Amino acid sequence: MSRLLKFNIFRYNPEDDQSTPHMQEFVLEETDSMTLFIALNRIREEQDPALQFDFCCRAGICGSCGMVINGRPGLACHTKTRDLPGEITLLPLPVFKLVGDLSVDTGTWFRDMYTATESWIHTTKEFDPDALEERMDNKDAVAIYELERCVECGCCISACGTARLREDFMGAAALNRVARFLIDPRDQRTENDYYEIIGNDMGIFGCMGLLACEDVCPKHLPLQNQLGFLRRKMGITSLKRIFRK
Amino acid sequence: MQTIYTDFLVVGAGLAGERAAVEAADAGFSAICLSLVPARRSHSSAAQGGMQASLGNSVMGEGDCPDVHFADTVKGSDWGCDQEVARMFADTAPIEMRRLAHWGVPWNRVVPGKSIYYKGGKQFEKVEAKEKEGLIMARSFGGTAKWRTCYTSDGTGHAVMCTMDNRCAQVGVEVHDKTEAISLIQDGDTCYGVVARCLRTGELRVYLSKATMIAAGGFGRIYPNTTNAVICDGGAHTMCVDTGVVPMGNMEAVQFHPTGIVPTDILVTEGCRGDGGTLLDVDEKRFMDIYEPEKAELASRDVVSRWMTHHMREGHGVKSPYGEHLWLDIRHLGEEHITGKLREVYEICTYFLGVDPIHQLIPVRPTQHYSMGGVRTNRDGAAYGLKGLFAAGEAACWDMHGFNRLGGNSLAETVVAGGIIGRKIAEYLQGSETEFKTGLINDEVKKQQSRINALINGTNGSENIYKVRAAMQDALHKGANIFRNQDGLETCVASLQEALVRSKKVGLRSNGKGVNPELAAALKLEGQVKMALMVAYGALMRTESRGSHNREDFTARNDRDWLNRTLAYWKKADDTLPTLDYEPATEVVEIPPGDRGYGKSEIISADDKKE
Ligand SMILES: Cc1cc2nc3c(=O)[nH]c(=O)nc-3n(C[C@H](O)[C@H](O)[C@H](O)COP(=O)(O)OP(=O)(O)OC[C@H]3O[C@@H](n4cnc5c(N)ncnc54)[C@H](O)[C@@H]3O)c2cc1C
Ligand code: SF4
Ligand code: SF4
Ligand code: FES
Repeated sequence: MSRLLKFNIFRYNPEDDQSTPHMQEFVLEETDSMTLFIALNRIREEQDPALQFDFCCRAGICGSCGMVINGRPGLACHTKTRDLPGEITLLPLPVFKLVGDLSVDTGTWFRDMYTATESWIHTTKEFDPDALEERMDNKDAVAIYELERCVECGCCISACGTARLREDFMGAAALNRVARFLIDPRDQRTENDYYEIIGNDMGIFGCMGLLACEDVCPKHLPLQNQLGFLRRKMGITSLKRIFRK
Repeated sequence: MQTIYTDFLVVGAGLAGERAAVEAADAGFSAICLSLVPARRSHSSAAQGGMQASLGNSVMGEGDCPDVHFADTVKGSDWGCDQEVARMFADTAPIEMRRLAHWGVPWNRVVPGKSIYYKGGKQFEKVEAKEKEGLIMARSFGGTAKWRTCYTSDGTGHAVMCTMDNRCAQVGVEVHDKTEAISLIQDGDTCYGVVARCLRTGELRVYLSKATMIAAGGFGRIYPNTTNAVICDGGAHTMCVDTGVVPMGNMEAVQFHPTGIVPTDILVTEGCRGDGGTLLDVDEKRFMDIYEPEKAELASRDVVSRWMTHHMREGHGVKSPYGEHLWLDIRHLGEEHITGKLREVYEICTYFLGVDPIHQLIPVRPTQHYSMGGVRTNRDGAAYGLKGLFAAGEAACWDMHGFNRLGGNSLAETVVAGGIIGRKIAEYLQGSETEFKTGLINDEVKKQQSRINALINGTNGSENIYKVRAAMQDALHKGANIFRNQDGLETCVASLQEALVRSKKVGLRSNGKGVNPELAAALKLEGQVKMALMVAYGALMRTESRGSHNREDFTARNDRDWLNRTLAYWKKADDTLPTLDYEPATEVVEIPPGDRGYGKSEIISADDKKE
C-alpha cells in the first residue's frame, strides 16, 4: 500500500472576515508519479473546493506555481511527492502580496519591475517592413536567450534576505533583466543610463551576495555571474562618474 | 462597482491579443488586455518548437517563399481552410518575424559552415552559406516542404511572449491580470464590452469598449487529457456562445498529439520519433510497424494517434492509476543524444515522471492538443453576428488551419493575425462613436450577480461542479476522440445532454467568498458543456473524414458534400442541441482540392456533384 501523505497548508482568505491565518491538515494517498500539482488539485476536488493556489502550464515553463515547499521556494508542478517526506508543509511565497491561501500576486510586482527597468529595447531605428532583418551574431542571440529564460516565478525574490528586509530592493530577477539588455547589441542605452536604474542600494549595491537566489532558481539561471558582472560594470561606471565631477 | 472605459478591450493577453493591442495603441487608441494570469504566463509561452515564416535563410530552406508556405498550409488543412486567409498569412509571416527581431526577440541566427543534423535516426551534414550569416535561422518541422520554422533554442514561445509583453509596456497597453471576463455586454446587434470578475478579490467589474476582441486561446480543457494549460478552458468562448448570435466555426476539428506523457499530459516533442524513438505496448513490443509498414512511428500525427488508440482498444495498453497508456522508447538513442538533442524531453521526464529516459520507458498516450475551431470571424477578424466584436489566435476560427493545423503555424498565426486584425480594428475605431446604454449594462451585471448568488445559495440544486465537469470530459473522451463513429457520437451527445441538465443544477460546497476557485469553475461549466455538444454534434453530422476529423464509418474525404465549414449556434438558452449551419470552406480557390501527399487518399471529388 502506498504512503499516506500529510499536508500542512497555509490557509487565509483576506476577503472573508471569518477567516484567520492558520495551518490546515489534509491527508491524501500517494499515487505513482504524483506531483504537487496533482496532489493539490485532488485536495481541492475531493476535500476543500475553496483551496486557492496557482497553476497554469503545470509543465515548469510558466512560473505560476512558486510556493514554499518544506521551507524552500520552488515550483510545485515539478516537485514530485516521492522526493519529499511523508509530511509536507506548503506556504505562500513571502515578499509578494497574498491573494489567498497559497496564491500570491507576482503579476503586479513584475510589471512594476519592468516599468522600473524599462525592460524593452531602446533604439532610434525605425522598423522597415521592406528590408531584410538586421544581422546578429548567433552567439549574442544565445547569450541573450540564456538570461531571458527567467519565468518570473519569484522564487529568487522570496529567498533573498535583502528583498525580505527592504521592499524597494529590485532583486535578482530584475538585475538579471537589466543584464539581458546590457548585452543586447540592439539596445542603445549607455552604461550611464543603466547606472541611473540600478546604481544604488535598491539595485546592485544592495545585494549581499549570499547566493540564495541562484540556489532556488528553477530555471538554473546564472544569477551569480550576472550579479558579479553588473557589480563590476556599475562599480567602474560609479568611479568614472566621480572622476568626471 | 468599478467601470473602466477603453477604446479597445482584449480578452486575453497571449501573443494574439497583445499583438493586436500594440497595433491599436500605435494608432493612438487606448487598449487594455484582460488575462487570468500575468501576460507572460499565457499559453503562448509554452510553445517550444517555433514559428513558420518562409525567410529561406537556411540552406535547407533554399527556394522557400510564401507560395510554398501557402501550399503546405492548404494541404495541411485538408482543403478545409479559407485560402484567402492562408494567402494573407503566408505573405505576412516573414515581415512579422523581422518585426519581432526588431522588437527584441533573440532568434537563433545562421552560423555559416558545416554542421550535423539527424533525420529518421540517421546522421547527415549540411553547409550554411557565408552570405546568410547572422540572418534568422530555421529548423525542420512536420508537414513542411522546407526548413521554415524560426526559433529561439527550445523556448520560442517564451522568448516571443517576453518581447511582446515588453512592447506592450513600452507603448502603454495595460494588462489587467487576474481578471476573468464572464459575459459580454451586448444587445443582439453590437458588443459594448464585458462583465469581468476580479481574481484578486472576487468582485465584479465592468469594462466598456468600442471594440472588443476574444483572444483567449484554445479550449483543450473540456477534454480530460490535454497538453493545454489549465487556463485553456474556453471560458471566453462560452460568453460568445451565450449570445445566441455568434457562431463557433468547425468545432469538431480537434487536433490530437501522439505523445503526451502520463499522468500530466505534458507534451514530449515529435522529435523523439523523428530521431528514431519507437512506440511499445504492454508486452514492450513495437506495433506501429504492423499497422503502417512503411512509415511506422513516423506517419503523420493524426495517423499515429489513431493507431495507438486502436491498439489500446484491442487490449494492449498498459494499465495505470491514471488510465491506459503505451510506452515511448528512446533508450537506444543513447545518453549523449538524449541529454543533448533531446534535453527538454530528458528534463520533462526526470522532473515530472521521475523517469530516466536513458534507461527507462516513457509512458505516453495521444492527447488533445489544439483547437482548430473557435469564434468564427471574417477575413478582417470581425466575429459573425455582433458589431464591435473581433477574435484572433487559437480562440478564433479565422480560418487558415481548416481541419488540421501544421506545427509552427499557430504561433505564427498569433502575431500575423494580431497584426492584420489589429490594423483593421484601428480603422474601425477611427470611424466609430459608441453610446453605452446604462440599462443594458446594469441588466447584464444583475444577471451575472444573480447567477453567482444562485450558485452560492444552491438555489438550483447541489450538483458537484467537479463531478459534472468530469462527466463532460469523460463523454468527449469516449465519443469524440481520435476515432469517431455514429454510435459513439450518439452516446456522447446523449451523455453530454445529461451533463447539460446537471450543469444547470450546480451548487457550491464552499462559501463562494473572495477569489473562490469553485465559483470560477462553476460559472463557465454550462457554457463548456454547450461547447462540448458543438464538438460532438458537429462531428456526428459531418459524415466524412477530413484532417483531424476521422469517421470510422465514413472514411473518405467527401469534397462533394462536405467542402464546407460548420457554424454552430446556441440559439436559445434552453435548447438541448446546437443549431448547425454550413458555409463554403473558401470562396477563392487558388489550389483546387487534391491529394495531400501523406496519410490516406480516399477522396470523393467535388466534381461528382455535377451529374
Ligand atoms: C505544449 C504546447 C506546445 C506548442 N508548441 C507550438 C509550437 O512549437 N509552434 C506553434 O506554432 N504552436 C505551438 N503550440 C500552439 C500555440 O502555442 C498556441 O496555439 C498559441 O500560443 C495560442 O496563442 P493565443 O494568443 O491565441 O492564446 P494564449 O497564449 O493561450 O493566451 C490566451 C490568453 O487569454 C486569457 N484568457 C483566457 N480566458 C480568459 C477569460 N475568460 N478572461 C480573461 N482572460 C482570459 C489567458 O489568461 C491568456 O492571457 C503549442 C501548444 C501547446 C499546448
Ligand atoms: S545574492 Fe543578492 S540578490 Fe541573490 S539572494 Fe543574495 S542578496 Fe538577494
Ligand atoms: S530568476 Fe529564476 S527564480 Fe528568479 S524569477 Fe526568474 S526563474 Fe524564478
Ligand atoms: S504551473 Fe507553470 S511552472 Fe508550474
